[in-house]
Amino acid sequence: MGLLRRFLWPAIWLLVLLAFPLVWDTPFQQRLGTLVLLYAIAASAWNIVGGYAGQVSVGHVVFFGCGAYGALATYTHLGLPPIAGLPLGVAASVAIAAVVGVPTLRLSGHYFSMATIAVAELVRLVVANTEFLGAAVGLSGPTVPRSVLDLSFTSSLPYYYLFLAVLAGTLALTWRMENSRMGYYLRAIKDSERAARSLGAAASRYKMRAYLLSAALTAVAGSMYAIMIGFIDPESGLGILISVKILIMAALGGTGTLFGPLVGAAILVPLEEISNNVFGGGGAGLTFVVYGAVIMLLARFQPGGLLELLGRLRARAAGRGARRAA
Amino acid sequence: MTATLLQVIAGGLLLGALYALFASGLTLIWGMMNVVNFAHGDFVMLAMYTSFVVWKTLGLGPAASVPIAALVLATVGIVAYFALVRHVMRAPMIAQILATFGLALFLRYGVFWYFGANFLSLPDNLVGGTYDIWGIRLPAARLLAGAVALLVTAGLHLLLTRTMLGSRMLAVAEDEAAAQLMGIRPHRMQAVAWGLAAGAAGIAGALISTFFYISPTVGETLAIVAFVTVSLGGFGSVPGALVAGLLIGVIESLSAYWIGAVYKDIVTYSLFVAVLWLRPQGLMGKA
Repeated sequence: MGLLRRFLWPAIWLLVLLAFPLVWDTPFQQRLGTLVLLYAIAASAWNIVGGYAGQVSVGHVVFFGCGAYGALATYTHLGLPPIAGLPLGVAASVAIAAVVGVPTLRLSGHYFSMATIAVAELVRLVVANTEFLGAAVGLSGPTVPRSVLDLSFTSSLPYYYLFLAVLAGTLALTWRMENSRMGYYLRAIKDSERAARSLGAAASRYKMRAYLLSAALTAVAGSMYAIMIGFIDPESGLGILISVKILIMAALGGTGTLFGPLVGAAILVPLEEISNNVFGGGGAGLTFVVYGAVIMLLARFQPGGLLELLGRLRARAAGRGARRAA
Repeated sequence: MTATLLQVIAGGLLLGALYALFASGLTLIWGMMNVVNFAHGDFVMLAMYTSFVVWKTLGLGPAASVPIAALVLATVGIVAYFALVRHVMRAPMIAQILATFGLALFLRYGVFWYFGANFLSLPDNLVGGTYDIWGIRLPAARLLAGAVALLVTAGLHLLLTRTMLGSRMLAVAEDEAAAQLMGIRPHRMQAVAWGLAAGAAGIAGALISTFFYISPTVGETLAIVAFVTVSLGGFGSVPGALVAGLLIGVIESLSAYWIGAVYKDIVTYSLFVAVLWLRPQGLMGKA
C-alpha cells in the first residue's frame, strides 16, 4: 500500500502531463498547456530564492529578459540559432544577480526586494534606449526556420515537450537543493532570525547561491519564451507585469514547495487567457486588479499558498476520520 | 549659461522637496514598524487622480485639492493598516511584501481600469504665472509645490520630535511592549503613522499633479524614487529624507539637462545601486 501510494500518484500525474496536449489537442488548448509550463518554469525558478531562501524578488523579469534578449540578439547579430544565445543570457543574469545580491543579501530582506525592482527598471530603461538591443522596437527571431536548430515550429506541441523537459530539470534541481545541506541551511535561516545571525556569512552565501541558481533558471525560461514567440521588446521581455505574474503564481500555489509554482501557473495562466478572450484588451487592467486582490488575500489569510491549505484540510479530514473510527 | 544652470538647480530643489515629502512617509513607516510599503508610490498616484477629480467636478485648484487629497489618502492609509498591514506585521517577510505589493497592483490597475491608460493633466493656468527671481524663471506651480512640500516635511519632523503624539509614536517604534506598559496603544500609534505617511503622500501627489502628467503607472517610478531617497537618507530619518530628496531632485534635473531627459531615471536608479554598494546605511545613518 505504501509503495503503491508512493509511486502511483506521481506516475498518474506524469502521465497526465505527458498526455495533456494529445487529449486536449486543439491549437488553443495546446498553446495554453505550453504557456502553463513556461510560466511554471519561471515561477519554479523564482521559488528557489523567493520560497526556499525567503528573499522576495519583485524584479525577476530582469533575468527573464536577459535570457530572451540573449537568444534573439545572438540570432540578430551573429545569425546563429536563438538557442545558442542561451548561455549568454544565463551569464548576463548571473552577473546582474551578483550586482544586486552581494550588497543586499547581507542586509534586511527589504533592501533586497527594493533593489530587485529598481534594477529591473534600470535594465528596462537601458535596453529601451540601446539600438543594439532593438531599443523600443524590440528584436525578432527567424521568421522561416533555416534548420531544426532554430526551434521554430508552427505547432505548440514540440514546445510543450521541450518546456516539460526543462520544467522537469528545474524541479529536479530544486529537489536536490531542498534535500542537500544547502536546503537545511536555507530552512534554518528562514525559520529563525537567530539562526540566520549565528550563521552569519554562511547564511548570506547560501542565499546568494540560491539567488544565482534562480537567476540562471529564469534566464532559461526567458530564452524559451523568446524562441517560441520569436519576438521580444522592452515591455514583453522586461516589463514589471512579468515579474508580477511569476511572483503571484509561486505565491498562489505555495512558496517553498516543490510543486506550488506549477499549481499556481496551472490556475492563473488559463484564467488570464480566458479573461483576455472574454474582456478583450479592456480586461487587461481588470486581470491585474484581481491579481492584486488575490495577493492581498493570500498574504492576509493564507501566506503558505494553496498547497499548504490543501494539506491542512486533508490533515483535518484525516483527524476527523480517526476520531470517528475510535 | 550660469543663469540656465542656476535655473536647473532651482527646479531640481523644488522637485526634490516633493520627493522628500513623500519619501518621509515611507521612511516613517519603515522606521516605526519595519515594513516597506510597496504601495507608497501608488498612494501618490491616487492623490494625483483625486486632485484631477476635484478640478473636474468642483473646478477647484490646489487650495482645495491638497487638503482633500490629504484626507482621502490618510483614510486609505488607515484603512490599509487596519484591514491588511496589522495582520501581516508579525508574519514572515514574504507576507508583508506580498500584502503591500498586492495593494500597489490593486490601486494601480483599479485606476487604470476606471480612468483608462491615457495621460491626464490639469490645465497649465490652474496655478498661473511665472516668477522671475534674479534672472531665474520659475513657474508658480512648481514654486508653490516646493514651498508647501518643504513646510509639510518640516511640520512632520516637528510633530515627531516635539509633540506628545510624536514621542508616543517613537516609543512604539523603540519597544512596543514597553510602550504598551506605559499606557500607549501600539495599534493606534501605528495607524496614526500610516495615516500621516499616506497623508504626506496625498499632499505630495496633489501638488505634483499641478505641473506633471497623471497616469496610472506614474506611482511605479515615484516608488523607486522614494526607495532611493530613503536608502540614501537613512531609514526612519525625516531630516535624512529631506537632504536626500533635495539632492536627488538636483541630480535628476542636472542629468536631464546635461545628458537628456530619458536618462534621468537611469542616473537615479544607478545611484541607488551605488548607494547599496558603497553606503548601505545611508548618508546620515550610522554604520
